[in-house]
Amino acid sequence: MSSIAFQHVSKTFPNSTHAAVNDCTFEVDSGSFVVLLGPSGCGKTTLLKMVNRLLEPTAGEIFLDGKNIRALEATQLRRRIGYVIQQVGLFPHLTVAQNIAVVPELLGWERARIDARIDGLLELVELKPEYYRARYPAQLSGGQQQRVGLARALAADPQVLLMDEPFGAIDAITRASLQDEMLRLKNTIHKTILFVTHDVDEALRLADKIVVLRAGRIVQYDTPYHLLTAPANEFVRELVGADDMVRQLSLLRVEHVMAPLPKNFVLNGTPTILQQDDLRNALSKLLQSGASALAVLDETKPVGVLSLEQIRASAKRA
Amino acid sequence: MDYIFKNPLVVFQLLWQHLFVTGIALVVAILISLPVSLLILRSRRLTTIVLGILSAFYTIPSIALIILLLPVTGLNEWSVIIALILYVQVILVRNNVAALNGIDPVIVEAARGMGMNRRQLWWRVQLPLALPVMLAGIRIAAIVAIGIATVGAKFNAGGLGRLLFDGIAQTGRYDKIWAGALAVAALALAVNLALVALERYFSYTRKIQQRAAA
Ligand SMILES: Nc1ncnc2c1ncn2[C@@H]1O[C@H](COP(=O)(O)OP(=O)(O)OP(=O)(O)O)[C@@H](O)[C@H]1O
Ligand SMILES: [Mg+2]
Repeated sequence: MSSIAFQHVSKTFPNSTHAAVNDCTFEVDSGSFVVLLGPSGCGKTTLLKMVNRLLEPTAGEIFLDGKNIRALEATQLRRRIGYVIQQVGLFPHLTVAQNIAVVPELLGWERARIDARIDGLLELVELKPEYYRARYPAQLSGGQQQRVGLARALAADPQVLLMDEPFGAIDAITRASLQDEMLRLKNTIHKTILFVTHDVDEALRLADKIVVLRAGRIVQYDTPYHLLTAPANEFVRELVGADDMVRQLSLLRVEHVMAPLPKNFVLNGTPTILQQDDLRNALSKLLQSGASALAVLDETKPVGVLSLEQIRASAKRA
Repeated sequence: MDYIFKNPLVVFQLLWQHLFVTGIALVVAILISLPVSLLILRSRRLTTIVLGILSAFYTIPSIALIILLLPVTGLNEWSVIIALILYVQVILVRNNVAALNGIDPVIVEAARGMGMNRRQLWWRVQLPLALPVMLAGIRIAAIVAIGIATVGAKFNAGGLGRLLFDGIAQTGRYDKIWAGALAVAALALAVNLALVALERYFSYTRKIQQRAAA
């Protein structure tokens, strides 16, 4: 995993009077999922493309694991960073398998290793390998194409994943299922992910932390929980819909408000909930079971507890 | 027809000369057109200017163009070959540019974002995607070149044009004219078919359709 640090990064395009990205400084912790959120034209894509050097900043520096990315060769840097875009951009003349193989081939992997990797990745994004390997992009649905796009970006096991509105062109139902999958993947692939969206719900659902951008500047950099409960200003409050408590419940994840596991905790029939589940589900489980608290699980073992009190407290602070 | 069966060796030799002149011209023309296309693709204005100049060459009558070249290259097949190279350049460059411009920029950006360098981008993405359209240009250029090369006989380049010019010069030799015309037409048709097959072979959309049908 890798951390990314932005230091006073600005970008002004040639023939433009205003900066598309203006003096942005923030850090993305290793292994965290950070969303760049803001209205159209606020500079999200520009900021993202400076990380893999498809664009160069006009001022400021970007560090990957403490190393200035300008010291690295652009092609080498890009092979270490997965890149997923809204239009997917699969190569139409290559099969699914060949598309996924591109970066491993650039890196000179052996054939057997590449083949094994292709199957593993197709399974990871829930496409049957024997069914999809030999297909061409034109033979896939939009959602399937984006799954292949994700598999292709993950192919060489990059430390960092850049995703620019990956689900932006996908219908609402498929989109929700892809978001669920993203949450699941986040806990299994352990990558540092920088994810662009202008969909607030998507940002609140997926992010560990959110960078709220407006006209190229950072307005607030915080957890979804804090954006909702302590918006920095009116712009953020309105953007995230901080006044709508019911909506918040369905967007905040259990892990954001749970209490740490008490000492000597034993499961002993306590109803459970997954840490990436939302508070709305948690609330209905609490009310249905009549239990005083839920045990929070990370796939297998308990990691915290959640009581009615904590849910109420999170709502009250809003 | 009769003439062809009675003099197969003569016709075959002329056919061979014809193929030689057009083949050399075409290969050199393609090799020139590729870097020219890649260069002018970077600027719209350059594209307009270069295509304008190349189109101007195309409007000069073929005999006039070859005559203009005679003082430089002498009375031999090279004048004809150079004239052909200049002629088909506009066809090739225009098709190459259209082919490369036709590639979705998103795909090129994805390729760059994955860490391809210029060379890898060209061989793995741009060329395979542009090839079917480029080949269509090469096919048209080949047919045009075969036609114009008949004029080459007037300038010591030999080729099937000899039959036509001899037939005209010698009274009553319609058989030669017929033989020449038929041979040129047959050559053009054969080359056309061969290149169509090549286009199909390199067309990935066709591969996808076949896969879908299977
Ligand atoms: N290549 C370019 N040349 C000039 N200006 C550009 C270029 N790319 C982006 N811009 C400008 O920079 C600003 C930020 O653009 P950017 O694409 O980063 O916005 P965004 O937040 O990604 O928007 P969206 O949500 O619509 O994708 C915009 O004002 C845009 O017009
Ligand atoms: Mg954008």
